[in-house]
Amino acid sequence: MLLVTCLIAAASACGVTRGEQSRDLDMWIPNSPGGGYDQTGRAAVGVLDRDNLTGGDIQVTNILGAGGSVAMSRLMSEEGNGNLLMTIGLGVVGSTYSFGVDARPQDATPIAQLIEEQEGVLVPADSPFKTIDDLVKAWSADPDSVVVGGGSSPGGPDHLFPMQLAEAAGIDPKEVKYVSYDGGGPLTSALLGEKIDVGFSGLAEFEGQVEAGELRVLATSGDERAGGVFADAPTLTESDLDLVFLNWRGVLAPPGISEKRRQELIDLLTRMHDSEQWQQALKDNGWTDAFTTGDDFDDLLVEQDQRVSSTLKELDLL
Amino acid sequence: MENFELLMGGLESALTPMNLLYAAIGVLLGTFVGVLPGIGPAMAIALLLPVTYRLEPTSAFIMFAGLYYGGMYGGSTTSILLNTPGESASVMTALEGNKMARAGRGAQALATAAVGSFIAGTIGTLLVAFFSPALADVAVDLGAPSYFALMVLALVMTTTVLGTSALRGFAALFLGLTIGLVGLDLNTGQPRLTFGVTQLVDRLDIVVVAVGIFALGEALWVAAHLRRRPAHVTPVGRPWMGRDDWGRSWKPWLRGTAFGFPFGALPAGGAELPTFLSYLTERKLSKRGDFGRGAIEGVAGPEAANNASAAGMFVPMLALGLPVTATASVMLSALQGYGITPGPQLMTDHADLVWTLLASLLIGNTLLLVLNLPLAPLWARLLRIPRPQLYAGILFFACLGAYATNLDPFDIALLLAFGLLGLMMRRFGLPVLPLILGVILGPLMESKLREALTISGGDYVVLLSEPLAVVIYVLIALFILGRPFIVRVRARAERSATVEDEKELVD
Repeated sequence: MLLVTCLIAAASACGVTRGEQSRDLDMWIPNSPGGGYDQTGRAAVGVLDRDNLTGGDIQVTNILGAGGSVAMSRLMSEEGNGNLLMTIGLGVVGSTYSFGVDARPQDATPIAQLIEEQEGVLVPADSPFKTIDDLVKAWSADPDSVVVGGGSSPGGPDHLFPMQLAEAAGIDPKEVKYVSYDGGGPLTSALLGEKIDVGFSGLAEFEGQVEAGELRVLATSGDERAGGVFADAPTLTESDLDLVFLNWRGVLAPPGISEKRRQELIDLLTRMHDSEQWQQALKDNGWTDAFTTGDDFDDLLVEQDQRVSSTLKELDLL
Repeated sequence: MENFELLMGGLESALTPMNLLYAAIGVLLGTFVGVLPGIGPAMAIALLLPVTYRLEPTSAFIMFAGLYYGGMYGGSTTSILLNTPGESASVMTALEGNKMARAGRGAQALATAAVGSFIAGTIGTLLVAFFSPALADVAVDLGAPSYFALMVLALVMTTTVLGTSALRGFAALFLGLTIGLVGLDLNTGQPRLTFGVTQLVDRLDIVVVAVGIFALGEALWVAAHLRRRPAHVTPVGRPWMGRDDWGRSWKPWLRGTAFGFPFGALPAGGAELPTFLSYLTERKLSKRGDFGRGAIEGVAGPEAANNASAAGMFVPMLALGLPVTATASVMLSALQGYGITPGPQLMTDHADLVWTLLASLLIGNTLLLVLNLPLAPLWARLLRIPRPQLYAGILFFACLGAYATNLDPFDIALLLAFGLLGLMMRRFGLPVLPLILGVILGPLMESKLREALTISGGDYVVLLSEPLAVVIYVLIALFILGRPFIVRVRARAERSATVEDEKELVD
């Protein structure tokens, strides 16, 4: 019992507010352990920690709820806290809309974009769709006949991607039959069991399945082909579909921190990005390096925000 | 038996004194973190994973296995002793476990949980080792219609625990189903019953609901009667399981394993449904009529089901490379740290590592038993703390757990609201069990039904499109039609015996 009490005491002591001068950092993950945000955030913290780039401790906290918008609105209320970072990505932007949270990421302090991930259009090995053209033809002829699925709830990347693809192919997004699965695992098993016709999801998770020939990639969503086992799959633009869709993740700080502190945090992440360990982490996880800081990241957030809201408006989800 | 040799090879490379030490450390750390409120196994592993980074793979896996099973077991300890389940899979354990603890049989409850977890975990791990690929192929063929049918079965079975008044039972069940509706509609993204509160757009955390209604409701109820009832002292029980306890436990252990493992192996199975089915089955089969007052079967079955399902989770993970639970995704990302790509090739390309992992699971599981069985009587003595202090401790623990998950004061408010609901239900004689079952089942059923209907375009015939679904509906029909007959036969057989089975439900 004594040991338990000690552990609790130790755990709660971590929550104490720190002074302005502190070198310690908090990293909030707006999603559950094991997910994409968690992997990105923990990989970044792992590098910062190993090389002791901050000179203090970094604590990682998963703040769950409403697809990340709970964490987002709490970040907004931490105004001026210069010792706090949070991972952000397309899914969180989407969730602030679907959950009606009035917190735009560009109103916080954008620090840096870290990575991009291509999405893929996946079908089971013996699917009748051999190319993306086959799919688009059958889909436009009868939108009802194709059931698509993704690993995120409405507003998330795997939902936005098929909707934008449908639009690019001249199909009314409202007619798309979309089934939402609880992440990449359940989505894959639905594809393997041929419960759905097409899956839309981040590519990296499917490397093993594609390599084993259980799933095929009809197209990838980037502006260039993906590498490794996905190198054979064409991009959408190669197939005359005018769409580039990239999921991305980056880091935000709360609003109202000083310009000096913002620059310090940007420098910190730049040093992290330049380290060998980070490059290794990118490789291990199949992420594309997309390091953007400062005003460029600001612009990207504004652009992404508009794109999400226009897609959701199209679907009458807003 | 090629697999057997491989497993032996795995055991051989895993069983060194140094690795056993890592396993022991893993089990202890896992148990202690699992005992902490608000930290489930996934979070525990995510927190402790960095500890394993600098070890060589074999040692890391062993420590890992220890953490995993330790974390799972730690959750049931608080369920039994304090009525505060740490995760949804141990909600069922709290029902009978806590009653046992307060009747002075805490040590037996903890012991049956530990032995049951060990047996289920061992059988489960062996099944994973020998049948993974075959099982995985069957599992992906089951779709939403089959899951839905399983849940209808569970719902029909809930009607057997409604208590003495069907009206009150159904009122509680529907209250639970309504609580399960809170949150974002999965298909349209529209908020339901959220009253504009952001924290409510997610489905309510079953743990917060259960802890609120069980632990807080109970504490408030006791507080309201503190002066009117004589002080109740938890009797000091025997420290070990008696012959009778073993006799009553072994069948539930095996049945629980039989429920848990297949569900764990299913991509959308989870541990809630099997623990739940195991509890209801034991309750139905029990002839002693002490369910509701601390029946050991009600702990043995669900705990075995919980651990068997935890082992079953490795089927899709190892055979297909699919993470189907949060814990599995954390583990797979750890495997990636060793340069392994999760996928169907995992078992062939990295056979040595996979067999070491399986062997480690067996070792971790055994050490868990060895370390925790002697601790059971010590833990049980916790309940001899005087009642006001004990309940104050439970309240503190429950609030800390609700807060620790998200560091959000709103969760404490939510917990208190459910505590008040629990108090009111006790005051007006509404049974709490159907409510909890409704909260668990409602959202699961809804998501599967809607998945099936989205795929079929609204055609209900799809619900009969899978063989397993049809079989289950036939079973349900037999159960409902056959019931009047069974009741008559039983009534004749037990006319003299007193049945007070349902009376204590409300307690």
